[in-house]
Amino acid sequence: MESGINYTQNTLKTITRKKTSPWLVFLRQWQLYAMILLPVVYILIFAYGPMFGIVVAFKDFSIRRGILGSEWIGFKYFEQFLSTPHFYNLLRNTVVLSLYSLVAGFIMPIILALALNETKNILFKKTVQMVTFFPYFISTVVMVGIILQFLNSNGGFVNNVIKLLGGETINFMGIPSMWRHIYVWSGVWQGMGYGAVIYIAALSGVDPEIIESSIIDGVSRPQRVWYIDIPSILPTVTILLILSIGNIMNVGFEKVYLMQNNLNLDVSEVISTYVYKRGLVNYQYSYSTAVGLFNSVVNFILLIIANAVARRVGESSLW
Amino acid sequence: MAVNENIIRSINVKRRTVNYYTSISDKLYMLLVNIILWSALIVVLIPIIFILASSFSSAEAIAAGRVFLWPVEFNTRGYQLIFKTSAIKFGFRNSVLYTGLGTIINIIMTMLAAYPLSRKDFQGRSFVTVLFSITMFFSGGMIPTYLLIRSLGMIDTVWAMVIPNAMAVWNVIITRTYIQSNIPHELYECASLEGCGDFYYVIRIVVPLAKPIIAVMALLYAVGHWNSYFNAMLYLRSEKLFPLQIILRDILIYNMGLGSPQDVERQMERLYFSYLLKYSTIIVGSLPMMILYPFVQKYFIRGIMIGALKG
Repeated sequence: MESGINYTQNTLKTITRKKTSPWLVFLRQWQLYAMILLPVVYILIFAYGPMFGIVVAFKDFSIRRGILGSEWIGFKYFEQFLSTPHFYNLLRNTVVLSLYSLVAGFIMPIILALALNETKNILFKKTVQMVTFFPYFISTVVMVGIILQFLNSNGGFVNNVIKLLGGETINFMGIPSMWRHIYVWSGVWQGMGYGAVIYIAALSGVDPEIIESSIIDGVSRPQRVWYIDIPSILPTVTILLILSIGNIMNVGFEKVYLMQNNLNLDVSEVISTYVYKRGLVNYQYSYSTAVGLFNSVVNFILLIIANAVARRVGESSLW
Repeated sequence: MAVNENIIRSINVKRRTVNYYTSISDKLYMLLVNIILWSALIVVLIPIIFILASSFSSAEAIAAGRVFLWPVEFNTRGYQLIFKTSAIKFGFRNSVLYTGLGTIINIIMTMLAAYPLSRKDFQGRSFVTVLFSITMFFSGGMIPTYLLIRSLGMIDTVWAMVIPNAMAVWNVIITRTYIQSNIPHELYECASLEGCGDFYYVIRIVVPLAKPIIAVMALLYAVGHWNSYFNAMLYLRSEKLFPLQIILRDILIYNMGLGSPQDVERQMERLYFSYLLKYSTIIVGSLPMMILYPFVQKYFIRGIMIGALKG
């Protein structure tokens, strides 16, 4: 079957190659080109356009003079960012927050998937999967709303329980040292079920014969998880890990921004929210573009390092 | 084949059961598994039930901290007020518009890109693939994108909500892979021998055969549109264009829309009422997703699987 298709395709190819020039092929495929024209134009304008716009980081940009008319100023804004007193704090907040969410957001779905894979009660398994998957569909705005209400000191669930047990109410969102934990664990709450799906898929692909023979050999359940289940999801884990390391500097701007208040700004200001405030609230376009570019470059370097390490250590890598 | 696998599986289940009851360590292990699953279930459910219970409670009970997982002094005043608020109505209407229009544009663009890329004999295939893939790793960033949208004159128009994210490259790749592996090339050869052009072929053959993946894509895009507030925050200025998420943000996070009554007694009452309002707003804001969830869940999982296995 397969070879048959290849055969016909190959003969077709040789026929076209012999009889027609590339120009004629292009003419014959004009409908395909017409189709892809719109997406290509879209990508050129809305993905490559802003990439060209990065030059404003090296210019003294003003809306009036436009990108081309503005003066070149080189690395002035990069130097300005690196020497601001905020720099160290921003970098630390960004890196700590994303490393923390990376670790927690990575381990919890794996544990959930392994546990779901072990249970024999299909109804229970389906229920757990359905319930834990649901929060993924909640929008960021509503999610932050839920966090604020749940931890509220005026009738929030946690404080109600604390009061019931005779404790003092706590203003969770006002305590800087609590902020990261709230951000990360609410993220786990929302993303755990979604993250588990992909591992469940990988686990269901384990050859039943391997499991059967391991049972015959008297392998215990914990051993089976360690020697069969975990190795079988390892390639998926590696790829996802590389991808998320490449995103380490892209902390979810939307949620961080909504969770900020004056009391927690010391730990909650990250590079992307800083870019937004400087660029679109204070209209310092060039400076904030430079900060954004710095962020992307660090990100890309991290991606390359992660990929190189993964290739050394294991077999899977992105390229 | 399928029957064989089923038999093997049923044998497996039996052996597992036997094994499970014989060993103490396995018993402890299963206990651990059940503890993990039950705690995951409870931890996810508690906040949802709490919000739901509070939204049906009285404002005074909420302020006094008497609400846990069951409504106290049951009433629906919060909901009654929400359905009278015009901002929420307008926001709802705008969100429906952006989601509908945006998703239609998304699907058209995704199909227009995915079909030619699925054709192995398409001349520009590798060039376009590279052109698209690069954008998954590099982007201009927030400010250059904003400046572009601004120079295109899209600020504060409906277009800013649907054009800048008209297509997601990742979704194009998944759709392309689906078409490639599910619609045989011979079908095209036959059709083209009969004189069928590419446009006609896409409309008559590809779209009907790719319905499952189109459904998955429509869901992914639609949920994205419905839940996003970021583009609206960047590009929209006038209130009459605000989508629901911006209205929700103003109520839930910025505590807006309360007014400022003069006398102290009414002020307290209003304050309490604003607590209640937030709970019912959360429920109303996620109601469309809650209703759709049971139906869309399996398509979503399918979408993740295709993306994971083929991507």
